[in-house]
Amino acid sequence: MDRGFIPVRAKLLEVAAFLDRVERHEVAGDFRCVALREAAALLGDGQPERARRILEKLSDPTTKPDRVSSGKAALGAWRPPAK
Amino acid sequence: MRYIEPHGHMVSRTTDDYQAMVMAGCAAVCEPAFWAGFDRGSVAGFRDYFRQLTEYEPARSAKFLLPHYCWLCLNPKEAEDLALARDVLALIPEFLGGPNVLGIGEIGLNRNTRNELAVLEDHIELAVKYDQLILVHTPHLEDKLKGTNLILDRLKAHRGVKPERVIIDHVEEHTIRRVLDAGFWAGITLYPDSKASPPRAVDMLEVCGHERIWLNSACDWGVSDPLAVPKTALEMRARGHSAEFVDQVLYQNPVRFLSQCPKFLVG
Ligand SMILES: [Zn+2]
Repeated sequence: MDRGFIPVRAKLLEVAAFLDRVERHEVAGDFRCVALREAAALLGDGQPERARRILEKLSDPTTKPDRVSSGKAALGAWRPPAK
Repeated sequence: MRYIEPHGHMVSRTTDDYQAMVMAGCAAVCEPAFWAGFDRGSVAGFRDYFRQLTEYEPARSAKFLLPHYCWLCLNPKEAEDLALARDVLALIPEFLGGPNVLGIGEIGLNRNTRNELAVLEDHIELAVKYDQLILVHTPHLEDKLKGTNLILDRLKAHRGVKPERVIIDHVEEHTIRRVLDAGFWAGITLYPDSKASPPRAVDMLEVCGHERIWLNSACDWGVSDPLAVPKTALEMRARGHSAEFVDQVLYQNPVRFLSQCPKFLVG
């Protein structure tokens, strides 16, 4: 606890400030911000294995290989296909 | 302290990094073939790269008294050009006899496409045919979970693949168990922004065991730290793990896996 608390407190504040910032700049509706808020909600649910569950929440849930490559890099959160 | 750096892209690093790694206790470095940051345009470009990994880089490393080994393949990022991929795969066998070549890697998936999967299957076939160890790269970020599942399916479906001769790298909390449960080795990569941090890596060792796991920095031309492995030793000791525990994870484990290739002469 003595070693870990201060660095993690700083990271939590970075998350909070990031969410404030994207709202201020009116991009809070970006799918990555939505995913971040949903993932952050898992922190307080009292259940174990938060790291695993947050990673799963941010993952592509589909199972079939993609037909073609987008040619772009991964973005950190899964974007559902446009309807 | 002694450790192995089982995954470092040293062609992208400076001699200062070599010196720092050796001073921190590095006893050998292993360099998988990977993407240069841009797509190579020809088979000749790959031939030059394979010569760099098998001739030039081990000589550069030797100036710092550090044994250098490598893995050969075409990176999944370059698998969309199927014709070029086939030509490059045909080139690999002529390099497999090199004294520092450990096996086929890092193969795997990047964006989980059909073409990437086809080239992955060709690489697996090549490794089995030439009885090579396999080092697998799992995709980044949101693609990792799906990609790991696709890779595990392909590896398990091939009767010639021996799981104890395959390491699946860049595992995180959501993929490590399925890799270990299937009998494969797992690699944890320590990156400043993505993949795992030293505290998370030690968490995974504490939760999932440490028998078939290695740690690496995967240092390359991007944001990465060639001393991430010894820094994680500090995290282990600060939590009360013994020097023997550190030595087993950072030195004995990689030596045990890599010694399955008779050319690996460390330890
Ligand atoms: Zn790599």
